[in-house]
Amino acid sequence: MLDFPRWKIWSIVLSMAIGVMLSLPSFVPEATLARLGVGSLPRINLGLDLSGGSHLMLEADTADLAKQNIAKMEEQVRTEMRRADPPIPIGDISTTGGRLSFFVRDGAQLDAAVERIRTLTQPSGMTGQRDWNVQVVDSTRVVLTPTEAGLSQAVDGAMQVATEVVRKRIDEMGTKEPTIIRQGSDRIIVQVPGLQDPTALKALIGKTAKLEFKLVDLTADPRDVAQGRAPIGSEIAPYPENPGGVPFIAVKRRAMLTGDELIDAKLSYNSQTNEPVVSITFNSEGGRKFARVTQENVGKPFAMILDGKVLSAPNINEPILGGQAQISGRFTTDSANELAISLRSGKLPVALKVVEERTVGPDLGADSIRAGTIASVIAAVGVVIFMLVSYGRFGFYADLAVVINIFIILGVMAMLNATLTLPGIAGFVLTIGTAVDANVLINERIREELRRGRNPTQAVEFGYKEASRTIFEANVTHAIAGLIMFVLGSGQVKGFAVVLLIGIATSVFTAVVFTRMLVATWLRRTRPSSLHI
Amino acid sequence: MRLLKLVPDNTNIGFVRVRMVAFAITALLTIAAVAAVATRGLNLGVDFVGGLMIEAKFPAPPSLDAVRNNVDKLGVGQGSLQQFGDPASVSIRLPTPASNDEGATNAVVNKVSASLKKQFPGVTFPRYDTVSGKVSGELIRNGLLAVVLAVVGIAIFSWLRYEWQFGISTFVAIVHDVLMTLGFFAITRMEFDLNIVAAVLTIIGYSINDKMVIDDRIRENMRKYRQMDMKALIDLSVNETLPRTVMTSLTVMLALGALLLFGGHVLRGFAAAMLLGIIVGTYSSVYVSSSLLISLGLEPQRFAAKPATARPNAERIGPKA
Repeated sequence: MLDFPRWKIWSIVLSMAIGVMLSLPSFVPEATLARLGVGSLPRINLGLDLSGGSHLMLEADTADLAKQNIAKMEEQVRTEMRRADPPIPIGDISTTGGRLSFFVRDGAQLDAAVERIRTLTQPSGMTGQRDWNVQVVDSTRVVLTPTEAGLSQAVDGAMQVATEVVRKRIDEMGTKEPTIIRQGSDRIIVQVPGLQDPTALKALIGKTAKLEFKLVDLTADPRDVAQGRAPIGSEIAPYPENPGGVPFIAVKRRAMLTGDELIDAKLSYNSQTNEPVVSITFNSEGGRKFARVTQENVGKPFAMILDGKVLSAPNINEPILGGQAQISGRFTTDSANELAISLRSGKLPVALKVVEERTVGPDLGADSIRAGTIASVIAAVGVVIFMLVSYGRFGFYADLAVVINIFIILGVMAMLNATLTLPGIAGFVLTIGTAVDANVLINERIREELRRGRNPTQAVEFGYKEASRTIFEANVTHAIAGLIMFVLGSGQVKGFAVVLLIGIATSVFTAVVFTRMLVATWLRRTRPSSLHI
Repeated sequence: MRLLKLVPDNTNIGFVRVRMVAFAITALLTIAAVAAVATRGLNLGVDFVGGLMIEAKFPAPPSLDAVRNNVDKLGVGQGSLQQFGDPASVSIRLPTPASNDEGATNAVVNKVSASLKKQFPGVTFPRYDTVSGKVSGELIRNGLLAVVLAVVGIAIFSWLRYEWQFGISTFVAIVHDVLMTLGFFAITRMEFDLNIVAAVLTIIGYSINDKMVIDDRIRENMRKYRQMDMKALIDLSVNETLPRTVMTSLTVMLALGALLLFGGHVLRGFAAAMLLGIIVGTYSSVYVSSSLLISLGLEPQRFAAKPATARPNAERIGPKA
């Protein structure tokens, strides 16, 4: 037990030295490290509550996505039935209740219709389920219901795209080191260190940026429009800035062009009014389409619709042939720029909503770090003195272990690229207090064994042996609590659990193995006849 | 140099003798804590009820009433104000705006900050949190689940590892510790947020650590002194481990005291909860959980009859089950 061969001593000292060395880069400012040419050394990340910045949790509007899903299917079904040879006339299409149903006019064609619809569905998930269930009701209606697997596949696909779009938009903002991670099935976490005012960020992410160009329906009766009724083939769109009075306008249902067909968007200024506008460039196909539609409709107004709202509805004065256009709509320079970014990075396949937001100013973060450091130092000094007056030489060994342990915890955190949060600092201070528990257990046990009349070597040997079992069990239970926190905790609590878990692991090593080595070496060298403990 | 010994050698306090008194006091305090939580409720933070929290730092300590009036007349809902340890810092809690619009929360933040800046020049807003009702519901659920899992999981661990009596007594003591901490928060009206859940879980971990050490000693002594009376044996074990219990509690309290006084206002609630939890946990280890073993009928003879438990690694020879 007290026999420490040379290789063992060296491996203990070496592993501790590595741990301590790993912690060192975290004490040096990042800029200094970069200047020394070692900028890539692992460092501890500071959580947003310490560095200051904004944390947003976005949630996808899955209900909206489900609706879109059905609308898309409706479109597919219509095309497929028209395309069929012979065409299958259908009617009474309904999309209520989360399913799509329609009526097949000729009963004899029902089987053919179902056959065609089935080719539109796709296998999804592991179980061989398809993404839509196709049923026949009353032997005249076909009902399509999205399956669970189909829906979750749709959400998954949309979220993948959405995460990319959000990343692009934030990158365009030019903020420093944003973190964008998908969480769970329908959430995205966005963390931007140093960001003080997330208003612009939220505005940028909050926009779906679905851009459509639609012709204004001039046949619509203004009285009907005011009451929200549109002629067949048209729909009512909100137009908050309508110079014509009512905040609504009737537009054709079919979009002449959408934002999917643009390749660039940037802020510019109208040459006559000097008003900020967004200049967009279409791809070649979009440019051709736009040219054809504008040629056919010279003199008529068209509406620019963003996320369902009409921005403006100018007249087509002449055919627009170059594949370029300007979006106008009472922009400020900032809002035009935001829209340009959103359009460039593509539209979000699903609307995102901010469900959690935490912003911490950099001053408060710096205050917290300072306060945390002071508390840690005072805690460490207090514990060190207390151990020293209680156990003398043995207390000194325990103190060495505690101090080295502090650095090793930091080193392990840096190695794992873990994030230090404010609760993490609390975990740190707590670990300083609990880490000596192992030494207290051992030292008290040695005292007991001495009282029982054992000689120093035996007492130390027994002390470590008997206490080790207790230490192990106590730490296992402690680790259970830490693990539960780590698994179930949200960001802040997780930060606390990380420090606690690492602290438990490293403190067993320093407090038991390292101090035993020190005590054993000392015992062998001096062979004391009595112990002062 | 004479070394400090907080607990003199050969201390022998009759903990078991006073167990009925201790049980009665513990039960009364626990009932009081539950009653406090039931009647006064916990001052749940935005983490758990959803809403908006704006922290305002004033150049000089303001009159709370003046701040409250200022916020209330904005028509953004009933504000709830709380001072942190630092009298110049005030947290203002507001309900989430009813509108689903993205801009709505921003509008509220801007309204409040503009209005406060007008009345109190120099005020800054170092922190603000918004949590929607859905997320706060999840946070509550996860927090509760974590606490329940921790208590049950560890009780099962000690039941499997030792006799069932140890599992039960640990479980009872831990529940007591958690309830007392909750009661403390109900009485002081300190804000109960995510950090406090972390504190409660840590208290559970620490308190079990404490009981584990004593339980371990009881088992060791049961092996050593098979003929000894259970009451005397438990008293012996508790007294033998008393120096360690006191020492460790003090070092941890020392560290937490530093955190409470110097760790900044954001961690104050956490440090206070932990500090109380350590005191309560130490008390329940010494006075409640070990004495409870007697009431639960732990007997040395039955224990000694199970050699397999005494040496868990011993090879078992016998017919295959």
